[in-house]
Amino acid sequence: MTDPVLSIRNLTVEIPTRHGIFKPVEHVTYDLHPGEIRGVVGESGAGKSMTGNAVIGLLDPPAHVSEGEVWLNGRRIDELDAEDKRRIRGKEIGMIFQDPLTSLNPLFTVGEQLVETIQLHLGLAASEARKRAIALLDRVSIPDPADRFNQYPHQFSGGMRQRVVIALALCTEPSVLIADEPTTALDVSVQAQVLDLIKELAKERQVGVILVTHDMGVIADTTDTVTVMYSGHVVESGTTDQILGAPTHDYTKSLIAAVPRPHTKVERFPMVSYGERERTFKIDDLAAHWDKTNLSKTGKLLEVENITKTFLQKGGLLPSQRQYFTAVDQVSFDIRDGEVFGLVGESGSGKSTVARMIGTLYPLDSGRVIFDGEDVTAMGTDALQAYRRQIQMIFQDPFSSLNPRMRVGDLVAEPIHHHQILSKAQIGPRVRELLDWVGLAKDAWRKYPHEFSGGQRQRICIARALATQPRFLICDEPTSALDVSIQAQILNILKDLQDHLGLTMLFISHDLPVVRQMCDRVGVMRQGKLVEVQETDSLFATPEHPYTRELLDLMPRLKQLA
Amino acid sequence: MLSYIIRRVAQSALVLFVVGLVAFSMFRFVGDPIDNMLGQERTMEDVERLRGQLGLDQPFPVQYVKFLQEAVQGNFGVSFRQGRPVAEILAERAPATLELAMVSAVFAIVLGIALGVFTAIRRGGFAANFIMSASLIGVSLPTFLIGILLIYIFSVELGWLPSFGRGEVVDLGWWNTGFLTASGLKALILPSITLGLYQMTLIMRLVRSEMLEVLRQDYIRFARARGLSDRTINFRHALKNTMVPVITIIGLQLGAIIAFAIITETVFQWPGLGLLFINAIQFVDIPVMAAYLMMISVIFVTINLAVDILYAFIDPRLRVSA
Amino acid sequence: MNRVRRILDSDQFYAFRRSPVAMVSATVALVLILATILAPLIAPTNPFDPSSLNLMNGFTPPMAPNAFTGESFLMGTDDQGRDVFSTILYGMRISLFVGVAAVLFAMVLGITLGLLSGYFGGWTETIIMRTADVQLTFPSILLAMLIFGIAKGITPIEYRDQMAIWVLILAIGLSDWVQFARVVRGATLVEKNKDYVAAARIIGQSPLTIMLRHILPNVLSPVLVIATISLALAIIAEATLSFLGVGAPPTQPSLGTLIRIGQGFLFSGEWWILFFPACTLLALALSVNLLGDWLRDVLNPRLK
Repeated sequence: MTDPVLSIRNLTVEIPTRHGIFKPVEHVTYDLHPGEIRGVVGESGAGKSMTGNAVIGLLDPPAHVSEGEVWLNGRRIDELDAEDKRRIRGKEIGMIFQDPLTSLNPLFTVGEQLVETIQLHLGLAASEARKRAIALLDRVSIPDPADRFNQYPHQFSGGMRQRVVIALALCTEPSVLIADEPTTALDVSVQAQVLDLIKELAKERQVGVILVTHDMGVIADTTDTVTVMYSGHVVESGTTDQILGAPTHDYTKSLIAAVPRPHTKVERFPMVSYGERERTFKIDDLAAHWDKTNLSKTGKLLEVENITKTFLQKGGLLPSQRQYFTAVDQVSFDIRDGEVFGLVGESGSGKSTVARMIGTLYPLDSGRVIFDGEDVTAMGTDALQAYRRQIQMIFQDPFSSLNPRMRVGDLVAEPIHHHQILSKAQIGPRVRELLDWVGLAKDAWRKYPHEFSGGQRQRICIARALATQPRFLICDEPTSALDVSIQAQILNILKDLQDHLGLTMLFISHDLPVVRQMCDRVGVMRQGKLVEVQETDSLFATPEHPYTRELLDLMPRLKQLA
Repeated sequence: MLSYIIRRVAQSALVLFVVGLVAFSMFRFVGDPIDNMLGQERTMEDVERLRGQLGLDQPFPVQYVKFLQEAVQGNFGVSFRQGRPVAEILAERAPATLELAMVSAVFAIVLGIALGVFTAIRRGGFAANFIMSASLIGVSLPTFLIGILLIYIFSVELGWLPSFGRGEVVDLGWWNTGFLTASGLKALILPSITLGLYQMTLIMRLVRSEMLEVLRQDYIRFARARGLSDRTINFRHALKNTMVPVITIIGLQLGAIIAFAIITETVFQWPGLGLLFINAIQFVDIPVMAAYLMMISVIFVTINLAVDILYAFIDPRLRVSA
Repeated sequence: MNRVRRILDSDQFYAFRRSPVAMVSATVALVLILATILAPLIAPTNPFDPSSLNLMNGFTPPMAPNAFTGESFLMGTDDQGRDVFSTILYGMRISLFVGVAAVLFAMVLGITLGLLSGYFGGWTETIIMRTADVQLTFPSILLAMLIFGIAKGITPIEYRDQMAIWVLILAIGLSDWVQFARVVRGATLVEKNKDYVAAARIIGQSPLTIMLRHILPNVLSPVLVIATISLALAIIAEATLSFLGVGAPPTQPSLGTLIRIGQGFLFSGEWWILFFPACTLLALALSVNLLGDWLRDVLNPRLK
């Protein structure tokens, strides 16, 4: 093998805080060879990005490198002064950030930003720089590069902007590219194209790429080698096949066990927990208190008939100037008693809007929602309150779905209180029982949400959702903000709820492997329309609609996983 | 772009219409104009005749339209206190205020932006911290105290500069200026510092906080990752983005300078519009108050309109849509 | 007890103890506020009780015995023989009362309108925020003067002095609500799209409950910062109006009125009549401003 282009030895980063010195990166060591794509994977806070920032000299004070060495092409660069480090940035090491929408200066044209970088590092004349910039835009597959050269960033779509960012990072022929979650903010179809582009360029130009990500699918499809990080340490490094196929470290094992498989459905996720040990979810205690007598009259708990919702996209004084956007267009489906019905689609496909329409958060423009044989859209105040008692919702972001100014106990008590299900004296004990059942500590009720981790918060949300003993649960991307091992725990809890309590669920996700594990039937949405509904297994085996086929093709194969 | 400008112009017209309504309502309902114009000894016929003459017997909207027509022609009635046409008094006083405001505005903007950029870039440095602390004293020190302090130091103790008035003024017929004589220029120094200091501190603090906000953005981080020098990042990328919001506020501050001139003019006995206005309030001289309000709002609205249009030229997101 | 311990252990309190500027300005503000509340107990004389006045004491310099009566005053006396220290204590009462009342008024009005326009949007928002925009075109001090002028015009002459304080509060408060409304509206727009509001709506809570119970507590910290800075501005605005002679009347002098009176004696050498009220006003405004500045840094760590 050739000599490494980048070599990180024993790197430690320190942040002095009020409570002592915090080390987000400790003794990290790995190499990067020309043309190699090295995935750095780990959960949020594992120190993946911080390592990249330390290499390129972009740590925000007071964070600083306290120990270790960084070698670039045989030259030690961690001890250089600020000015020399700056010369390396952009010239020898390029960088790509997560969000392409904010990475470009909105007040300068794409061309100005490219030319500026090229001239700075390569010292070319303006016309030469321009030629080179246009060639690069062409190389990253931007159509009409000469015209696009003079446009401003806001005139590009998200995926196109990320291509421009890649062009900017590569315009000076660097030998190393650090890509920090480069596709997390993009849709699956765009994500695949951008990753392919990075792969091609790495091979073509022999650039070493550090690809920081939390997504095992990206790792499996794109990288050659993988470094796994856990709380600031490297726990394991090796080739991608080796790490995914035969992990040796316990953490890596637990991480890989928790990844939802796209091709087979498992009963439960295997729980090899490492680090944050969660208390168990007491489904039997919960089931003992649950009233399971109500079954629906028709076998269909929820029917949705031709629902449509349009939003005002651009206001105007005159009606003719206004532009509307049809978020949900004539969507119909029904959900049987006790089943989990999945809705998948890319962002903007209208799946969350459907959930919110069923949850009475958005009024319908037209169509009907029928719950247990009763038309929700025609309900009076009292009937509507009764309906709301039967449905509950779990949201994507557990950091925003709990009011930060309320105690956990009050949060869980709120639905009980509002629907006057129990007397005041009974509420307190019931809330404590609920929190105990979902696996939180005895004193959780008097704490505030910020004292809990993401997974624990999602448990609080589940406790709140179960407080009114609902029959129908809407889960809107309930795990997409969570790390993969926590995701497995929460998904297991949801599976238990369905099995033991007979809860009916609408499960919304953009993640096909997760949908495969969770749902009995699946509907696919695209641009506001429901294009296909099938039993889960047959949808994955024999997709009918071309769009479904496209989505399935883009799904990470994870072929290395057993 | 064109529709954007048209919308702004329409909005400005609406604002002026509303302000006119307020001014007119003052005229009409605050204090009885008849009471003000006729003395104690009056007959019912006198009252009726004057009412007819002033058009006060007509319905409110008709009166308002008439008022607007008059106002557009520069006719704001007669001052209750001085007995002279208000337009004449305003024309005589305006140059003093405008000259003072112009000098202070230049002072405030130039120094404000320069110091703001400096304190943002050198954040945490000794000089920047010192300027920031001093600026907080500047914000806490009411304008009139600054004026008194300057008078005490430079007029009473040192005797270098005059403590009141405009000095010698050259009459150009339609304008009288203090720019052309040494005493006129000397007289301008203290009042314009007094007037500009507070605005300068505000502009400086605003530029600083906007610039710090911009420096935290991802595209600045990305620019650093591209290896651009601090100079290029600060003065090319960050400064331009900083100026977009700052320009709006500077527009507002220009309006504020004309309003704050009231205080400075009182302290320095500067014979401008502000002094006129404050006297009008003290003596409830409604026509002068209403006319001042109308005139100053025309100035404000014009400045704002200019700023909005300038804004569109700086920000490509407004100029070219996706 | 638990709560007290939590406050003492909080990052905010830690930042407070680490910042000498914050400690000093908080102390100064506290001392000034206490002195204001306890003015009748601290002040050597009641400057508004004619029986305690002795014209012979006029123009006594600070800390020096009067040539005729031999009495000595900490900060001297004015032309009518009033003790400057006592007039400052009583003047500060007016200044602070007007400032606090005006800010409270602006705050209640601004929060209400901001919440309504942020939560409901549509026409409610258009009307409220366009009004705010128009008002923002006009500097608040000018608006306050205008409101004062109009109010003066409609009050009968015999009530003008009594009403002056209330008119001042109204004028300053009305000229300052926009800030609160804009900030609260902005924060409400952010908060109302968060899922905890959706969670509250899904169980069927009314908009009023949601606004008061869920959104309001989450938008209060920027309001607190603005309120502090507004208090300093309101105190300055009141002083300015009174200085210009369109504020507190000489019968109820605020610090601004005292400075207006004192300005007349600056050229004749009786500097203390101006100097002490001016220093008090500066100390008051500066300490409140420093506190506000510090609060903003702490509550909004990004802006440091």
